[in-house]
Amino acid sequence: MSSVEQQFGQAGFESVPHAPPSRVRIQTGPLAEAGPSSGRRELAVEAVFDVREVSVHYGAKRALQGVNMRIPRSRITALIGPSGCGKSTFIRSLNRMNDSVTGFKLDGEVLYHGHDLYAGNVDEVEVRRRIGMVFQKPNPFPKSIYDNVAWAPRNLGLRHGLDERVEQALRGAALWDEVKDRLKASALGLSGGQQQRLCIARAIAIEPDVLLLDEPASALDPIATASIEELMHSLKGRFTIVIVTHNMQQAARVADETAFFGLNAAGGEPVGTLIEHDHTEKIFGHPADPRTRDYVSGRFG
Amino acid sequence: MSTAASPAAPGSVQPSRSRSADRRRSLDRFGDGLLRTVCAAAAVTAVGILVLSAYQIIDHASPAISKFGLGFLFSTEWLPNFGVFGAGTLLYGTLVSSFFALLLGAPIAIAIGLYLSLLAPKGIRGVISPMVEMLAAIPSVILGFWGVLLLAPFVHKHVEPFLHDTLGFIPLFGPPQTTGLSVFTASLILTIMIIPIVASISRDLFLAVPRDVQEGASALGATRWEVVRGIVLPTTSSGVIAASLLGLGRALGEAIAVAQVIGAGEKIPESLFEPGDTIAARIANQFPGAITEMHKASLYYLGAILLVIGLASNLCAQWIGRRFDYRRAAAR
Amino acid sequence: MNEQPAFDPAAPLTPTGNLRRRRAISRVAESGATLAAVLAVGVLAIVVYSVLVHGASALSLDFLFKGEPDGIGPALVGTAEIVAMATVFAVPLGVLVAVYLVEFGGGRMATPIRTTLDVMNGYPSIIVGLFVFALIVEPTESQSGIAASVALAIIMLPIVARGTEEVLRLVPDSMREASDALGVSRWRSVLTVILPSAVGGIATATILAVARAAGETAPLLLITSVFDGSHVSLNPFEAVPNIPVTIYKLSEEANPEGFARAWGAGFVLLAFIMVANIGARVLLNRSRRKMAG
Repeated sequence: MSSVEQQFGQAGFESVPHAPPSRVRIQTGPLAEAGPSSGRRELAVEAVFDVREVSVHYGAKRALQGVNMRIPRSRITALIGPSGCGKSTFIRSLNRMNDSVTGFKLDGEVLYHGHDLYAGNVDEVEVRRRIGMVFQKPNPFPKSIYDNVAWAPRNLGLRHGLDERVEQALRGAALWDEVKDRLKASALGLSGGQQQRLCIARAIAIEPDVLLLDEPASALDPIATASIEELMHSLKGRFTIVIVTHNMQQAARVADETAFFGLNAAGGEPVGTLIEHDHTEKIFGHPADPRTRDYVSGRFG
Repeated sequence: MSTAASPAAPGSVQPSRSRSADRRRSLDRFGDGLLRTVCAAAAVTAVGILVLSAYQIIDHASPAISKFGLGFLFSTEWLPNFGVFGAGTLLYGTLVSSFFALLLGAPIAIAIGLYLSLLAPKGIRGVISPMVEMLAAIPSVILGFWGVLLLAPFVHKHVEPFLHDTLGFIPLFGPPQTTGLSVFTASLILTIMIIPIVASISRDLFLAVPRDVQEGASALGATRWEVVRGIVLPTTSSGVIAASLLGLGRALGEAIAVAQVIGAGEKIPESLFEPGDTIAARIANQFPGAITEMHKASLYYLGAILLVIGLASNLCAQWIGRRFDYRRAAAR
Repeated sequence: MNEQPAFDPAAPLTPTGNLRRRRAISRVAESGATLAAVLAVGVLAIVVYSVLVHGASALSLDFLFKGEPDGIGPALVGTAEIVAMATVFAVPLGVLVAVYLVEFGGGRMATPIRTTLDVMNGYPSIIVGLFVFALIVEPTESQSGIAASVALAIIMLPIVARGTEEVLRLVPDSMREASDALGVSRWRSVLTVILPSAVGGIATATILAVARAAGETAPLLLITSVFDGSHVSLNPFEAVPNIPVTIYKLSEEANPEGFARAWGAGFVLLAFIMVANIGARVLLNRSRRKMAG
């Protein structure tokens, strides 16, 4: 994909000549005509996730409502929107990380390659092996850099060629050159940006199918943030990536598709929901929903 | 109204109000100084008690120390009627019973700590945690009494024969004796005493492991046990060791319950199922009835040895614990 | 990557590769931990139950009020007397030490004091007994209740000091700063503001210390063991009858009737300690809630 960022560096957007129109896919929230039977749906790229009418409750509190979405393979999908609209809840529901939160309840279906993630016979450890996650705040283990990356492969029994695996993962995370001489040093001695790239290396070392990133750069300084973004481009072809970000320039630069989560106040209490999901240029260029337009233009003023 | 001290210009007229303010200020300063002095005196007293206790014990032990020297530690003869005393049997009994109790108790306690911190739902944790701590509150004399009347016969009838049958090839698990009053039963009682200490501290240590690191491990497709083995336990290892040393100290110093169930053996037992004796239990048993000076001095000598062992394990625990805190603080 | 073939992401979400085995191991570990907790609770239940069952049968008003050989009345009174005196010694001393550590920073002595308190917490009580014996009983050539109180006070001191220190540290610094800003002197703010707000924690620590002291046998065995348990003795300058030594003596004799009395005494002692512990916990929760909100 061409350097999308060059076209979005200035304020304002031009519609960018895009790939074949057969990839156009429109998803809207409950406001539009809903349902998979909508004639406007056309699929060329396989969907890794098929989210159907998903709502999430934490105890009595409703955190997310009526989300319908298909997440395409080998693409970067960004989730944007103001705080408190359920983006984190949503992304954590994609790999069963919300299981440990008390009172968590998910209605609807999350299909991963056609399998219901929340079915009774699903092993959540297996889920997380296939769907990796990088968190907002870097959380390296208090071990050496090498052991951080090698830990999960060792668990999985991938002991042969561990050194190469670690090196490939660190290269993939654009960290290898900086740490290759001190693999045995403690990971806690790295800078914030390096630690986050280490967490990414850790996640890709086991070659997951999907990589979920929950605001990976929000705790980092701008230079570190830029390095993470570059990483996203290089990782895109290898993994399906879903990234939550508050930073709209980041989404615009990096993502193929963008989903905007906002608050839906209809029916009393405002609840987070998916407002609009489309190709990134469309979302930032001429969004269909006024709420999307307000959010997107408000920032770019 | 400000009562901050204002320097009075010499020769200026002082209104009567500031004279009482002066008096108040000097009263305050006096009060502050007095409070500080009293508190410092209390602190000095506390430290002084500790120092004085060590001095008194060693001082009263000196007749025995000068007579027996360090050979006291190895000699196994304890004959009050002949004025011959040696701590060998008791040292053996103390170390064997305490270490066996630690061997048995520490893993169980760590498992309890893991259960309470990582497995139990909050409600159950709130019920079982206090229960585990309650176990520590049982006075040793009651535990020992229960041990004599209920545990020892049970061990004698069921546990010792079973262990002898299965593990009898190890000389430690010899044939059961006439009663269940043995080093083994004493070790079991000591295990019961060690567990709550180590479990409570471990639980707190495990609870303090940051959740985000554990989440990161889970997100890599690791099972719960792998998160414990790979993250929780290594991170808290120093603290857990320190806790175990504290538990060990408790076991080493226990006099009453051990005296009740260990059988007051005179020689070094070959098997755990024979009666034995420990330093603390010997002091408790014989001090009230000791008549000769050398007998008493030897018992004080035993006390001095116990003091040294107890202090060593306690200070080790503190040192390791402090190193652990420092490392965690540096890491975060 | 030169590796085993990547898993098939479209396969059903049941365990692949070595996950089944790892899951089994994890389940075994979880069961082990649960079992350990059950074991601990079980042992507690067994001991408490035994004391309850055997002790309840010995209980009667006569038992509680009369002296030996019918009852343990004098021993109850004696324990109460010794522990009360020990509390009078230990609490002020412990509170002052804690105040020194927290309000005055401990000065140069902060580390030695803290080390001392930690060491005292793990001090074998038989050693405390030897110490006080050498300090008081030997020179005065007589056992005494007051010497026993001194010994128990030494055991109680670190508990009170630690508990007080914890609760003093919970008092927010803003309170001290506000006091300073108003020009209130140190001693006044400590005595009239800080200590009163810490009273809950100090009470809790005291109750726990009392519960601990009430059950201590080893020092009493050396210091106040030669007594006549048939009538109440309030004279602290002689050996005072007390519960722990009574239980110990009865347990060492081979007399079944004595055993019954020992169970009864154990029942009373254990009941007191359990109630005190639960009470302290309730108080702790209440004062924590007050501090936090």
